[in-house]
Amino acid sequence: MADQIMLSLKVNGQSHSLQVHPFARLLDVLREDLRFTGTKEGCGEGECGVCSILLNGRLVNSCLVPAVQAQGGEIVTVEGLADGQRLSSLQDAFLTQNGAQCGFCTPGMLLAATDLLQRNPHPDEAAVREGLAGNLCRCTGYVKIVDAVQTAAREAR
Amino acid sequence: MIGANSVRKEGRAKVLGTAIYTDDKFMPGALHGVTVRSSVPRGILREIVFGEGIAWDEFTIVTAADIPGTNRVASVVDDQPFLVGLGEEITHPEQPILLLAHSDRAEAERARAAVRLVVDELPAILDIQASLDLEQVIYSTDNLLKEIRIEKGDPAPIWAQAAHVVVGEYRTGAQEQMYLEPNAMLALVERGAETRVSVWGSLQCPYYVHGALKQLFGLPEGRVRVVAMEMGGAFGGKEDYPSVNAGHAALLSWKSGLPVRLIYDREEDLACTTKRHPSRTRLRTAFDAEGHLLALEADFVLDGGAYATLSPVVLSRGAVHVGGVYRCPNVRIHARAVATNTPPPGAFRGFGAPQSLFAIERHMDLCARRLGLDAVELRRRNFLHMGDTMATGQVIREDLDLPGLMDRALAEIHYADRRAAHAITNTESGPIKRGLGLAVFMHGCGFTGNGESHVASVAGVEGLSDGTVSVLAASTEMGQGKNTVFAQIVAEALGLPYELVDVACVDTDHVPNSGPTVASRSTMMVGRILEDAAIGFKQSLVQQGFLQEPYTAEAFQAAVKKAVAHLGRLRCYGQYHRPPNISWDDKTYRGDAYPTYSWGAYAAEVAVDLDTYEVRVEDFVAVQEVGRVVNPTLAAGQIEGGVAQGIGWGLWEEVTMKQGRMVNNQMTNYIIPTSADLPRIRVVFLENAHHAGPGGAKGIGELPMDGPAPALANALENALGPLRLDEVPMTPDRLLSRCEEVAHG
Ligand code: FES
Ligand code: FES
Repeated sequence: MADQIMLSLKVNGQSHSLQVHPFARLLDVLREDLRFTGTKEGCGEGECGVCSILLNGRLVNSCLVPAVQAQGGEIVTVEGLADGQRLSSLQDAFLTQNGAQCGFCTPGMLLAATDLLQRNPHPDEAAVREGLAGNLCRCTGYVKIVDAVQTAAREAR
Repeated sequence: MIGANSVRKEGRAKVLGTAIYTDDKFMPGALHGVTVRSSVPRGILREIVFGEGIAWDEFTIVTAADIPGTNRVASVVDDQPFLVGLGEEITHPEQPILLLAHSDRAEAERARAAVRLVVDELPAILDIQASLDLEQVIYSTDNLLKEIRIEKGDPAPIWAQAAHVVVGEYRTGAQEQMYLEPNAMLALVERGAETRVSVWGSLQCPYYVHGALKQLFGLPEGRVRVVAMEMGGAFGGKEDYPSVNAGHAALLSWKSGLPVRLIYDREEDLACTTKRHPSRTRLRTAFDAEGHLLALEADFVLDGGAYATLSPVVLSRGAVHVGGVYRCPNVRIHARAVATNTPPPGAFRGFGAPQSLFAIERHMDLCARRLGLDAVELRRRNFLHMGDTMATGQVIREDLDLPGLMDRALAEIHYADRRAAHAITNTESGPIKRGLGLAVFMHGCGFTGNGESHVASVAGVEGLSDGTVSVLAASTEMGQGKNTVFAQIVAEALGLPYELVDVACVDTDHVPNSGPTVASRSTMMVGRILEDAAIGFKQSLVQQGFLQEPYTAEAFQAAVKKAVAHLGRLRCYGQYHRPPNISWDDKTYRGDAYPTYSWGAYAAEVAVDLDTYEVRVEDFVAVQEVGRVVNPTLAAGQIEGGVAQGIGWGLWEEVTMKQGRMVNNQMTNYIIPTSADLPRIRVVFLENAHHAGPGGAKGIGELPMDGPAPALANALENALGPLRLDEVPMTPDRLLSRCEEVAHG
C-alpha cells in the first residue's frame, strides 16, 4: 500500500488528515475511514442522490467524486446540520411532517434541501419538486418532503 | 392517542443521520463476501474453474459441499438450494453457485470475475406461455408451482342467454421494489461445542431468517440470533430474500471464523433479488340488458420463476381479488403460478392483487364501452353491499359504502366537469390530450385464509426499571411507522402518554414471534394482540397490588418501577385468536378469505403529449376506507408512497429480460418517479371502525398499490379514445404502438 496518498479535508468544521487509496471515492472515505455513516450509498452511479453532501458549498454526489478532489476542501454531511442536539429547521420539519419514512434518502434529501433553500429561500411547490428531482425517495411519494421543505422555508422567514 | 399524529419514534435518529442501517454497523476484522452466480438460465454444473492471477489461498471459499445442514431455503416449499453443487441443475441465470470472502473488497470483486463455471446447457423456459405449453418440463411434472380453483354458482348456462358477453386479456410486467437501501447482511458465527449463528440485516421477517438459518446449519432454536437493523425500505422485497443472503453470509463466517459483510450493490440487487410477479389474466363476463353482472370467468396466471418461494400465497391473494368489488352470482376462477428459468419473483406491496385488480378494473371500463354505459354507472350497478356474497362465499358483514367512496373521489377530482371540459379541448388541434379515469377496489387485510391461525403470533409488553413500557414484537420498521403506531396502541390501552412507551430492538433473542411484517397485518393483527397484552399487563399490576385504578401517568410509572424492583423481569404477552364467525377451507377455497377488507376509490387525471407519447399525471385523488386511522400523518404517508409506486408501475417501470436476466439493472435505465414526475397526491380517509383491529383499525400498506395502474389506463383511454390499453407499464413506446393499431384499423 505504498502508493497511498495523504488527504486533508474539513468535515463539519473539523479537520482530518488521512492516508487514502489514490482512486478512493469520497463516499468511502467519509463512510469507512472517517465513519460518517449518515451519508448513504444507493446506486454508486450518480442516480439516486442518497450520497449527497456539500463540498465547498456545492451539492455533489459523493459516490462520483474522487476523494482527491476534496483535497483541502470543506464538507458538510448530515451529521453537520444540527447544532448539538438542536435540529436545523429542515430537520425539524422533516421530523414533524413525516418527511422521513425509512430514512435512507433523508440525509441526502436534507442536504439537497439545504442547498435549495440557500439558492432560493422561498421556493413554490414546483421549485421544490424541480430542486429535489435529483434525489430519489421510494417511500413518501414526495408530498411530505415538499411540505417539510416549505414549512422550513416559512419558518426561516 | 389513537388518531393522534404522534411523531415517528425513530425519526430523530433518521434526520440526525445517526440511525444505524446494516452497512453502517462497524465490525472489526470483517471480511467482504461476494456471490458467484450462474449466467445461463438452465444446465448442469460440471466444474468450477478458479482462474489465474488471484491468490486463492487468501480467500474463504464456500461451495454446496461445505453446507453443514440442509441445502434448502426454508419457505412455503423447501425447493430452493442455497448453492448449486457439482452435477446438480442450475435453474436460473442468477443462481448462486459459490461464495467468496476476502478482507479487501476490491480483491473479492476481482476474484469473483476470475471464476469460470463449466455448465452443460439445457433448453430453458423463459415465459408464461412456453411454460404452460410444456415446451420443457422444468418443475414437477406440469411446470405448475401452484394451482387454485374458486367456484361459485354455475356460469356455464349463462353465456348463451346473456345480453352481453365481454372478453379481455390483460398483462402486467415485473416491478422492482427499488428500496433505496440494497439488500445487506452481516454475519458472525462462533464455532465450537455450542456453535452460535448471529446475523444483523436489512430484513422484514426475522423469524423467517431464523428458521432458514436453523435448517441450513442444523441448529436448535436458541443458537440462532437474528437482529433487524434500521431498514432503508423493503416493500416486500426483504420478505423472503433475506433468508438467502443471511444463509450466504453466515456460511462464509462459519467457514472463515470471522465476521462477514455481504452488501449487494444496486446492479446485483436488481438482477438477483425478488420482484413483482409478471401476470396474464383472461376475463370473460356476462351481463343482462340492464348491465348487471351475471357471470365471471377468470384465468389468472403468474410467472413464478425457478422456485416456488412465495408464489403459492401471492397466487392465492391475486385469485381472491380477481373478481374485484362486484357482486356476481356465478364465478369460475382458475389460477396458476407457472415455473420459468428466471430468478424467482416474490413479495411486493399488493402481493398478487395489483395484477388481478388491474385486469378487472380495466375490464369494467371495456365492458361499459361495450354495453354503452358510463363506466361510473356500470360500477354503481354492480357494487358489493353489506349482505352480499363474494366469490369464495364470504358474506360482507360490514357496513360497506362503495358508492359513497366512489362519489367522494369523483367529487374531489371534479370528474364530470373536467371530463366535459376535456371533451371539448381534446378536439382542438394541439398535441396535448387530457382524460380522467377511475378504479374502485379492495385489499384483504392480513394473511389469506388460515394464515393467521398457522402463525399464531405472539407479542407483548415489558415494564422497565425506569417505569416506562417497552413493546416486544418481531414486526420490523421499514419506514411504514410500526414503532410509532405500536407505541400509540399500547399507550392508548394503558392510558399513558406516548412518551412513556417505546419499542424494543427487534432481536430474536429478545422479542417473540409476532409473525412476518407483511400483508398489511402489523397494525390490525399485531396491534390487536398488543392491545390485549397491554390490558393484561395493567390488570396484573392492579391484581398484585402495585397499581390502583384510576391512575395518573406518574402513579403508573411508580407502580412499574416498584413491580420491577420486586419481581424482576415484568412481561406480559398476548396471542392471536381467530375471531368468532370466521372460517376458511383451504381445500375448496371456500369461506372468509380475509377477516376484513380495506376499500379504495382512486381517480386520476392525465395529459398525453401526442408528439412524444409521454404521460403526465396532473391530478390524483385517493379515497379509502381503512377503518379507524391510528396516525393520520403516517397513514397518509403510506398512501402517498404507495400511489407513487403504483403510478411508476403503471407508466414507467419496466423490467427488460433477456435469456432470463434483467438487462436494465441500473437506476439509470429502470426509471422510478422523481419529485418532478408526480403531482401532489391527494389523500382522503373515510373512517368506518372495524372490530378486528385495535381501536377499529384495518390494513393500509398495500391498498394504495392496487388502484393507480387501472385508474391511469382508464384515464388514458378517456384522453385518446378506445384503445387496447391492456398492459402495464404504459410507456411512450407501448402507447404509440397501441395508437397506431387504431390508426391502421
Ligand atoms: S449513491 Fe451516489 S447517487 Fe446514488
Ligand atoms: S424515506 Fe425511504 S426512500 Fe425516502
